[in-house]
Amino acid sequence: MSKIGVFVCHCGTNISSVVDVYKVAEAAAQMPGVSYAAEYKYMCSEPGQQMILDAIKEHGLNRIVIAACSPRMHETTFRKMLKKSKINEYLLEIANIREQDAWVHPPGEEATEKAIDLVRMAVAKVAKNEPLKSSLIPITKKALVVGGGIAGIQAALDIADAGHEVVLLEREPSIGGRMVMLDKTFPTLDCSACISTPKMVDVSAHPNIKLLTYAEVAAVKGYIGNFTVTIRQKAKYVNQDICTGCGICEDKCPKKVTSEFNKGLSDRPAIYKLFPQAVPAKPVIDRETCLMLQNGKCGICAKVCPVEGCIDYEAKDVEYDEDFGAVILATGYKLVDWGGMYDEYGAGRYPDVIDGLTFERLVNASGPTEGHIQRPSDGKEPKTVVIVKCVGSRDPKKGKPYCSRACCMYAAKHAHQILDKIHGARVFIFYIDVRTPGKNYEEFYDQTRKDGAVYVRGRVSRIYSDGEGLVCQGEDTLLNKQVRVKADLVVLETAMEPNEGAGELTGLFGASRDVNGWIQEAHPKLRPVETQVGGVFLAGACQGPKDIPDTVAQASAAAAKVIGLLNQDEMETSPMIAAIDESKCSGCGACEPICPYRAITLETIRSREGRFTNAERVIAKVNAGLCQGCGACTVACRTGAIDLLGFRNAQILTEVDALWQ
Amino acid sequence: MIRYAYFPGCASESTALSTTLANNFVFGRIGIDLVEIKDWNCCGATSAHTLSEPLGLALPARSLAWAEKNLPELDVVTGCASCYARLKLTNYRVRQDESARYMVEKIIEAPYEAKREVYNFLDILSPADVRGRIEEQIVRRFKNLKAACYYGCLNIRPAEVTGAKDRENPQAMDELARLTGAEPVDWGFKTECCGAAHQNDAAFETRPLARRILENARACGADVILTACPMCQLNLEMRQAEYARKRKDEKRGKASFPLLDVVLPPPEKETIPVLSITELLALSMGAGSGRLRLDVHHVPVSGVLSKGFRDENESEVMI
Repeated sequence: MSKIGVFVCHCGTNISSVVDVYKVAEAAAQMPGVSYAAEYKYMCSEPGQQMILDAIKEHGLNRIVIAACSPRMHETTFRKMLKKSKINEYLLEIANIREQDAWVHPPGEEATEKAIDLVRMAVAKVAKNEPLKSSLIPITKKALVVGGGIAGIQAALDIADAGHEVVLLEREPSIGGRMVMLDKTFPTLDCSACISTPKMVDVSAHPNIKLLTYAEVAAVKGYIGNFTVTIRQKAKYVNQDICTGCGICEDKCPKKVTSEFNKGLSDRPAIYKLFPQAVPAKPVIDRETCLMLQNGKCGICAKVCPVEGCIDYEAKDVEYDEDFGAVILATGYKLVDWGGMYDEYGAGRYPDVIDGLTFERLVNASGPTEGHIQRPSDGKEPKTVVIVKCVGSRDPKKGKPYCSRACCMYAAKHAHQILDKIHGARVFIFYIDVRTPGKNYEEFYDQTRKDGAVYVRGRVSRIYSDGEGLVCQGEDTLLNKQVRVKADLVVLETAMEPNEGAGELTGLFGASRDVNGWIQEAHPKLRPVETQVGGVFLAGACQGPKDIPDTVAQASAAAAKVIGLLNQDEMETSPMIAAIDESKCSGCGACEPICPYRAITLETIRSREGRFTNAERVIAKVNAGLCQGCGACTVACRTGAIDLLGFRNAQILTEVDALWQ
Repeated sequence: MIRYAYFPGCASESTALSTTLANNFVFGRIGIDLVEIKDWNCCGATSAHTLSEPLGLALPARSLAWAEKNLPELDVVTGCASCYARLKLTNYRVRQDESARYMVEKIIEAPYEAKREVYNFLDILSPADVRGRIEEQIVRRFKNLKAACYYGCLNIRPAEVTGAKDRENPQAMDELARLTGAEPVDWGFKTECCGAAHQNDAAFETRPLARRILENARACGADVILTACPMCQLNLEMRQAEYARKRKDEKRGKASFPLLDVVLPPPEKETIPVLSITELLALSMGAGSGRLRLDVHHVPVSGVLSKGFRDENESEVMI
């Protein structure tokens, strides 16, 4: 016999100004199974909760309906509250009369009627609810951080400092990511390498961090607390244990290829470190370009290497499994291939039209020009530089619809650097808007303008050669006129997009991505560092364009989440997951491909079937650790064998029936 | 024999006389038969659609509907970019939007389903087999002739309608020009608007448009500008004397157009000849300048002709 208590919340005046809450409580008291109904100004407050607990005791209630805001807001609050009572916390229903009623309807009779209907549905459902118990799963106390940029470095250090083991995995030969490519960082203009390389060294020296470079994730199995990740260690062909990092092999290597790190402004050998301050500070052989590995002729590096047996051309890729309790994805970004999008900017035909990252290498003290700004075509120092912002960003037609966030600030920084380094230089910055929401950002922008950078509001429509040099043509929307600027160098501040391979990697972990390919956070405001997959977190620009301060903050936040998880020995799982009635399951497998979390597998079981005592048949099984309770499988099941606990088909139908009573 | 339904456009027998003669010569040589749409009417370009959308669609639709009924197996081609834009857009709108089609059919009092495609000359001259035929007909190749291929805006834009793939740096005309021995230059204004449609009503805005095209072609080393539209052709030629005057003014400090403090250098010569791509092809196929009536050009084309042709041995090596 259910004794249901209904509690109607005013939510200050949020609900009560539209819905007649007294009337709702009165009507609720008359509903079948309801023994007590009341209303209160703030049900979620301490006195509100106490009122519910008192009523439970006084009236011997065994099920609760709360008519208030969305369950996403306070369902957990009230579940926690019920733990203090004798009632199982799943014998609770929330009737959402705020978001789905008071906030979307005008005050009046009809809103009140709708509230009563919503309460009636919740009452009908709660009567059918059954007590549920969460189970405990053990946790592997080790974290995997994928991506060794500043986000991954920061997250790994924070987790390791908290005393947990971390594996930091990076596919390039060195950690450091984009940040080590930069010259100076806004708004303080401190040297990017000076603040990031010490952190890289910390990573390599930390006793709790295992650093894997030149490695990739090949496969992922398992669920929160219990991931098994297959790691593919690419062959480095240099024995990292005995290599002294002397660099003789790099000097003597006869093969020269374009340096990716210097954005094509210089060459590197086939046996190489990514950059001089690389961590680990030992070279690898690029097998795609190495003469020895490609056609078996050369072997100079092995000859000149002073350590015997250090260079091993026979090395092979190795794959192995490792267990983790939590994962942080920190795969970062790359700049869009603007050439393919913007033929009007020359599509790469003009060597002096470069992107922002190339400019960073050009102005970097450890870059190919040792920090002297020299234009790529003839090495001359440019006197007039045009900076074009939003190339590929905020351009749904040709590029990306979103704002890349960091460009306004680094455009100002580039302008500052040019004006600082080149005497008498002139800088024109074409912009749509100037967005500087960050601490000391606006001040930096303001200073850049005072330094002499000319901001022109409008887009550049065309960059062409007038036979002598480049001309940027665009509209000055403040003058309402077309303007042309003859430029020695053009820097395009291009859009960020998800890094190469980030999509496949996200897929391996079962996490999802948004329309632009960025990894989707579980909630844009309240769960910004989690993915929808339990135990998989994200940090930095893989979630969306970010500057360094935001990236580092997010990395530390993700690390905090991981530490919180790894500090537990076991964790509770939500009991609201799919359950399969084995007697009804025909083993058709329709549910398996539908599950977005890959929680359903088909298994062969032996059971008694009529007169066969040991019959074999296939049924679907749900992995309680992986299942997130989305309910997609229940819809796909042809025999109705799958139910979502807490949302059984029968419970939902009762709710629908109640609406028509 | 390849056949097309042909929409000549009003310029064909007036301002584009020499181009029409060249078209006839070239298409005759390479075996493309243009069947003129009977009783074709003005396509309405530049003004009709700005005044009334139904009128802008109905004018081209009338001619297209005749072709669809009487030449049902032929695609339509026109030699003018403005006509092309109007015909192509009408086709596009009628296909896309049932209500537009209903409206158009009601106005022209004839069925029109936009079954066939609309092409411009560049489209029909570009396929590999047609290029092969052109190559067979070429008897002399230009020597040291640098050409700036000007496509104009309406042969390319809007890309959703025209389906053009290379919208900022198209190559079709460059490749045709190469067949004649001309060397296409890499320049910046292949598809920029020349302002032909509004030279009279918005002169202040549109005069600089044509000027920057001419000056960039010259600055990038071109000896001739090639066009694929009689409107562009006329506009680029007719304004040259005025620009020369203006440049003189600017030299004396009367500058009004250049903003910021950037001034493009005046070109060495004051004019640059403008030819249509078919005129260039016709010359290369052996047509004489008298036969093509090249004397009707506003800007003398002697600069092109005086470049001369390669001798045979050289041309074999070069091409």
